Amino acid sequence: MKMNGAKILIESLKKEGVEVIFGYPGGQVLPIFDALYDAPVKLILTRHEQAAAHAADGYARATGKTGVCLATSGPGATNLVTGIATAYMDSVPMVAITGQVKSFLIGNDAFQEADITGITRPITKHNYLVEDIKDLARIVKEAFHIASTGRPGPVLIDLPSDIQMQEAEFVYPEKVDLRGYKPTYKGHPGQIKRAAKAISEAKRPILYVGGGAIISGASEEVRDLAIKNDIPVTMTLLGLGAFPMDHKLSLGMLGMHGTAYANHSIMESDLIISVGARFDDRVTGKVDEFAPHAKVIHIDIDPASVSKSVEVDIPIVGDAKTILKHLIKAVKKPDTKDWLKRVEDWKAKHPLKYKDDGKIKPQYVLEEIWRATKGEAIICTEVGQHQMWAAQFYKFTNPRTMISSGGLGTMGYGFPAAIGAQIGKPRATVFDIAGDGSIQMNIQELATAVINKLPVKVIILNNGYLGMVRQWQELFYKKRYSYTTLCGTCPDFVKLAESYGAVGIRVTKKSEIKAAIEKAIKTDKCVFVDVCIEEEENVYPMVPAGQAINKMLGGGLA
Amino acid sequence: MKHTISVLVENKFGVLARISGLFSARGFNISSLAVGETEDPTVSRMTIVVEGDDRTLEQIKKQLNKLIDTIKVVDFKEGEFVDRELILVKVAVSPKTRKEVLEAIESIGACIENAGSKSISVSATGDHTKIKALLELLRPFGIMEVVRTGRIAMSTEDKGLKVEGKPEVNE
Repeated sequence: MKMNGAKILIESLKKEGVEVIFGYPGGQVLPIFDALYDAPVKLILTRHEQAAAHAADGYARATGKTGVCLATSGPGATNLVTGIATAYMDSVPMVAITGQVKSFLIGNDAFQEADITGITRPITKHNYLVEDIKDLARIVKEAFHIASTGRPGPVLIDLPSDIQMQEAEFVYPEKVDLRGYKPTYKGHPGQIKRAAKAISEAKRPILYVGGGAIISGASEEVRDLAIKNDIPVTMTLLGLGAFPMDHKLSLGMLGMHGTAYANHSIMESDLIISVGARFDDRVTGKVDEFAPHAKVIHIDIDPASVSKSVEVDIPIVGDAKTILKHLIKAVKKPDTKDWLKRVEDWKAKHPLKYKDDGKIKPQYVLEEIWRATKGEAIICTEVGQHQMWAAQFYKFTNPRTMISSGGLGTMGYGFPAAIGAQIGKPRATVFDIAGDGSIQMNIQELATAVINKLPVKVIILNNGYLGMVRQWQELFYKKRYSYTTLCGTCPDFVKLAESYGAVGIRVTKKSEIKAAIEKAIKTDKCVFVDVCIEEEENVYPMVPAGQAINKMLGGGLA
Repeated sequence: MKHTISVLVENKFGVLARISGLFSARGFNISSLAVGETEDPTVSRMTIVVEGDDRTLEQIKKQLNKLIDTIKVVDFKEGEFVDRELILVKVAVSPKTRKEVLEAIESIGACIENAGSKSISVSATGDHTKIKALLELLRPFGIMEVVRTGRIAMSTEDKGLKVEGKPEVNE
């Protein structure tokens, strides 16, 4: 059947099973919006294109499906950039569609023209400028394939508006043929054997689990491997949820703000079994001093992640779930009794703690949220102190429940991501843990949450500071709080929420927390809970930049 | 250490930018880069000379392989390939040095492309040793301008660099 480019795009999205996209209209996507007017594909109108990209990202992380966002050319497209970069760093499957000026105007500095394929080249897994209507269906097919397979990532399709209006026969390709793209899924049997032997012989093994385990759907296998063989498990920020944090083998998060016992354990281990993690600098600290006694098994679908920052002894390239299944069968249980005792000692000696002195402590708020939700909620976060407290004090138990910008560290991510997550998981209880700084970076999305009746619960841990930067200034810049004070300049978040039609709750006393959280959970509307917390509370433990990760402030020494 | 890498890529718009962008974004240094169509018009070959230790080279190869438009990456090993470069050199001459310069040009087998009263332009093709020798020979007379194509290289094995696609990593 013949149809125009805009219709071909929508039909292709339908073929990919897309039910919802996030976007914002504009001059160069008018034909697409016209096609969307009576299409079964629903568009969620955000109030900023950046939020559309983050919402598509949150949707993707919560559901495992590919998130789709749509914006017009020029400023619409450039507003997506932060969201695309965020998704790229955290390996989130996303297809971003941008309108472009008419083909014959490209390169002319036309109105609202930006070279978005050029701009996004280093932050996309791949991108396309559609030059011929005949290529459109194939490009959409390839884009979804590339975005969702191998190490997932964002793919951008730039679609000039004249091509949106040209007509062609719609034929959706059955399969993709890309000679330059053949991701490896099955792990090398010889390497798996070597890994199994290393695990069986290890005295002090540790599982180091990252976001790749969640993407791969390998949580069950991680649990199996750990529990059957008595191997303690530590997770990266994005790995949280891959293994239940309330299990006795869980060491919680490691790294710069990881638990002292996770950091001590990995530093003293003789075997690191890395599953879908990439030895990021926030995890390793000073890389030359990282885990000096450990052999490293690295399971990763991206060969470029292997031996990038840490020398790997046994690399296994492939899909984590598939590899772990084989590995579990081949491992003979190592004797870790003494090791677990040492780990237990560290746990007992250096627990996560905070001084509960009557003021509202952010850690306490997170603990209460955890108690109220039994660890079953989807927790999105912004970026900063509150993010680290969430990672430390909310005991994640299920995969795809921790949604946070890890690699890029994007403030303003959490609220739109929570909107996307809630749309993808309508029955889930979705929180956005925010700070008074971060929430103001995409606060306009209150409108999106209200109009779509999304009961997202935003907890603003309000300390009147850009807290994480203030903490660094306190510790390393002699308390010169240069431009990090927001106190007295924040809007009244309660009234602000109400003005959009959301519910606002303010908490100034510790005794009010429980009731406020319960009310937020019961409310079937978007809720802002403005919690006035201790202003100068710090995130501990903390590994100062460039130090070995067992040299923690506030974590006790080994 | 310098390495000569041969990259087969899709002969498509924007691919050169992807490759060069990758090098600059990741802080890899390109000594030279030459691009041209292959026996298959849908495929281009880039010959890239890069400098770096083994670990950097490993990363460069992996990152190149990660690009969807990259079909194959080969890091040539010493003795398993031929390489050539074309160079144009403009060397200064005076009545006093003219004879000596002409002798030097002849001794290394370079061609005179233009001879003026103050300069002589020569061309030469050769592998990197020959090109280096030519430059060293002419330097004392005063080199006014150098234009180089960048190195191209081909394996000397009895088969072509096939473009059937990326091999599985574990094979």
